[in-house]
Amino acid sequence: MTSPPIALLAELTHRCPLACPYCSNPLDLLAREAELDTETWARVFREAAAMGVLQLHLSGGEPASRRDLEALVTSAREAGLYVNLITSGIGLTPARLQALADAGLDHVQLSLQGITAEKADRIGGYAGGFARKMTIAAEVTKIGLPLTVNAVMHRHNIDDLEATIAFAANLGARRIEVACVQFYGWALPNRAALLPSRDQVIAAKRIVDAARPAYAHRMAIDFVPPDYYADFPKACMGGWGSTGLNIAPDGKVLPCHAAATIPGLTFDSVQDRPLAEIWQHGTAFTAYRGHGWMQDPCKSCARREIDHGGCRCQAMALAADPRAADPVCRHSPARAMVDRIIAAEATAPAPAFTYRRLAPQA
Amino acid sequence: MSADPIPSLPRGTRLHHDSVRGAMVLLAPEKALILDEIGAAILSAVDGSARLSTIVARLAARYDAPLAEVAGDCAEFLRGLAADRVIDLHD
Ligand code: SF4
Ligand code: SF4
Repeated sequence: MTSPPIALLAELTHRCPLACPYCSNPLDLLAREAELDTETWARVFREAAAMGVLQLHLSGGEPASRRDLEALVTSAREAGLYVNLITSGIGLTPARLQALADAGLDHVQLSLQGITAEKADRIGGYAGGFARKMTIAAEVTKIGLPLTVNAVMHRHNIDDLEATIAFAANLGARRIEVACVQFYGWALPNRAALLPSRDQVIAAKRIVDAARPAYAHRMAIDFVPPDYYADFPKACMGGWGSTGLNIAPDGKVLPCHAAATIPGLTFDSVQDRPLAEIWQHGTAFTAYRGHGWMQDPCKSCARREIDHGGCRCQAMALAADPRAADPVCRHSPARAMVDRIIAAEATAPAPAFTYRRLAPQA
Repeated sequence: MSADPIPSLPRGTRLHHDSVRGAMVLLAPEKALILDEIGAAILSAVDGSARLSTIVARLAARYDAPLAEVAGDCAEFLRGLAADRVIDLHD
């Protein structure tokens, strides 16, 4: 028996007023008509809690684009889940936020595209978004809900990191997640526009190291470094099909948000099969669970218990083989390609963004 | 910070009985800590009004354990959670 997952990321919708060029949603965005209804999500939350899920992340797209968000929070809390809302803030109002808090919302994770209106709205591709986000941030702390600021960092804003940390603390955040862009979804075609330089990354690490003790007891700082500059890959999802799962707006159950980029995987839907059965036996979950799928260098590597060979989707994207070692790994024969990408893209003039849109440009 | 603070669970941090894993869990932003018996006992004693010294005394009595040892375990555990902003410590 596979042990149960801890976390469920529910992508309630792909709709979002913003258009961040690093959005982790797939390039093929689903329209509203494809979305699961309120009752189906409520049933999925009950199934998730019964199988051992503890934390529910309500995500998107922008989850506030769903008019039934309050009802979804209510049903998730009734199921016994810890409910986290991952939002840009757009689509929320003070009254709506209060209703969500009354429904039992546990925590708000607010994205921050930049710390000035000019920059944030340019990166998010949505004029006026920053000002509305600030209203919501103030309201979250006024109501007393814990706030995490999620600052996605890339070459256009990583130099503002020190000020970004201070900005989040002044908003009253209990934590900040400094997440360097990972190259999936929309970020991959935008890589040359987003990839920071090695010098920027080194400076960012120093800033985080200095800020952690300085903000102790005030704000916790999580840091996700950019894996292209790492020697070894991240333990993606804590290991495929081992700690968490994602459900797409249409009910397809994925081991991670990028799993649909791997050819040959088929994804069961919560509309057809119980969630626990999908987790245990779904072929997309069993495909790369454990270490049986590995080939060398991972197969005989001592680090395989630590990073599980890294990310399957990145192996697919960069080495065209989902069973390959994550190409950022120093032992991977494809590492030279990652170094070539860094050399070619990280310091060249940044091309324009391809913004995330519901009807993607060809 | 006070040597004998009052620990409390802020909004968004709560204890949950996980019937699937048969354990108490501390749920907090971006965290689900599956607790051992000691962790669960310490956090169950956190009521938002008892001082650390009171919690230590209660646990030492209940488990018939040396006070100094319990004090060390409790302080380390709770201060670690507070530094990570999972719980609050008040003067
Ligand atoms: S990353 Fe930006 S575009 Fe994507 S869902 Fe979040 S706010 Fe919307
Ligand atoms: S060879 Fe595979 S298991 Fe070893 S460090 Fe690299 S990615 Fe991880």
